Amino acid sequence: MSVCIDNCEVIENSQVAENIYFLKTVAPNIAREVYPGQFCNILVSDYGTPLLRRPFSVAFREKNIIGFLYDIVGMGTELLSKVDVGEKISIEGPLGNGFNIDGSLEVALLLGGGIGIAPLPFLREKLQKRGINTLTFWGSKTSGKLNLSLFDNIYFATDDGSEGFQGNVVESVGNLWSSISHANLKAYACGPTPMLIAAQNFFQEKNVPLEISVESRMACGFGICQGCPIKSADSDEYKLVCKDGPVFNSKEVVL
Amino acid sequence: MSDVNLSVKIGSLELKNPVMLASGTVGYGEEISRIVDLTQVGAIITKSISLEPRKGNPPERIWETSSGMLNAIGLANIGLKRFVDEKIPFLEKINTTVICNIAASSFDEYAECVKSLKDIETIKAFEINVSCPNVKDGGLLFGNDINAVREITSLLRPITDKPLIIKLSPNTASIKDFAQAVKEEGADAVSAINTLVGTAFNIYTRKPRIKNITGGLSGPAIKPVALAKVLEISRDVDIPVIGVGGISSWEDAAEFIIAGASAVQIGTANFVNPKISEEVIEGLRSYCTAMNISDINDLVASYTL
Repeated sequence: MSVCIDNCEVIENSQVAENIYFLKTVAPNIAREVYPGQFCNILVSDYGTPLLRRPFSVAFREKNIIGFLYDIVGMGTELLSKVDVGEKISIEGPLGNGFNIDGSLEVALLLGGGIGIAPLPFLREKLQKRGINTLTFWGSKTSGKLNLSLFDNIYFATDDGSEGFQGNVVESVGNLWSSISHANLKAYACGPTPMLIAAQNFFQEKNVPLEISVESRMACGFGICQGCPIKSADSDEYKLVCKDGPVFNSKEVVL
Repeated sequence: MSDVNLSVKIGSLELKNPVMLASGTVGYGEEISRIVDLTQVGAIITKSISLEPRKGNPPERIWETSSGMLNAIGLANIGLKRFVDEKIPFLEKINTTVICNIAASSFDEYAECVKSLKDIETIKAFEINVSCPNVKDGGLLFGNDINAVREITSLLRPITDKPLIIKLSPNTASIKDFAQAVKEEGADAVSAINTLVGTAFNIYTRKPRIKNITGGLSGPAIKPVALAKVLEISRDVDIPVIGVGGISSWEDAAEFIIAGASAVQIGTANFVNPKISEEVIEGLRSYCTAMNISDINDLVASYTL
């Protein structure tokens, strides 16, 4: 598999929810190769500050266009939010291993926590194209009015109950469990570590396979700097989030 | 356009151009080969190998700083046996000069590694890491002790005829004394510099950003330091210097060569732009042409002070 580094034209970079931005770029080489769960490394400044590229899951693909959802957490993402439509940005990708869709799968549960929703719209689209019944759950601190069609038909969970279920996203799945339990079921989760641990525990108890997309600081994004270790569950070794993940079978790694 | 000679010699090691990829920033070549044409670079220097595998430090291992980054990977590597079995076959095929970097925790381990690898055709030279700041049992301890560095060099010199390059620590008072010492013991060249010891704290948790507490600072932030160390060695010691530290452009590479480096290594910049080496090589070629320099060796230590 080849990795491209292309200067890609930005065709949209707008705020779609409180602190969530949607970036769309023309990236034909990456769009051709990428599959759900993979990520790209974006250079947010041409002037060396900040120095390192920033990793973002691919949230959207349509023909030669790829899109990313991101929140502003520091200088890098703040600079990214100021990129104007028509400007070009350097995107490296696709990187990492994405989600696996097993042949027997009939029902998929997608769980996003906060900006962990990012890789799920792309995954959902692929699942739905294969005729797999897909239920998407999104948890956030407070009401998440999203003005984006990518987010149609979502079960909300908010900590303060201002929208949807009051509680965390894993609890919201538990709340509906009797109606969604199914023999050929698989869950996919992305979000902060406590949420992923809750998901691990929940689906292990239900004996439902779970894939998780893990976040880490990275320098290179493709396995050479070894800066993003995650503990392996079956040995005393580390795996690398960028190269061995970012998507893991939840039983492979220790969070 | 007249042809510019970019080829250089480091001891008996001939390189098609002076641009190498630094140890720890190219793994064992496989991943980066999918992005950059490794046949174009002067050499690649593999990730430090130790006798036994090292799993490396727990996370967090890296932290970005102003114009640089801290890392404390802890010399994570697959160990000598798997390196030979699994990585050498790939390195044999890529048609570029391979320099093997070795890191160890004892004199015996250094010697054992070089003995086991010296007859592998693909390995054209050894770079001896005496200066990794991130492992407790070795590295910096050696790198700061001129007698230890001298002893490692004299121990390894009789084991192999292949060029021996000693990678020096900047975390010492006088790097030129170290260069002089390894020259006296028969080293062919020195690489200057390894990373600078640094740290960073989270002011809310009051914990270090890196689990190892300190890490090695690399990137553009250290370039002026590296350049001064290269100059210091070049002025006083008659040994080829391979300049490394923050090189991110062909202009940076030219600056190191002018300051006394016979060749350069690109490190952290590979993380940001894995194709940077190609751009540096082409930039040096164009620069030489524009400056009427027919042989890049004429640029080495061509400074006017």
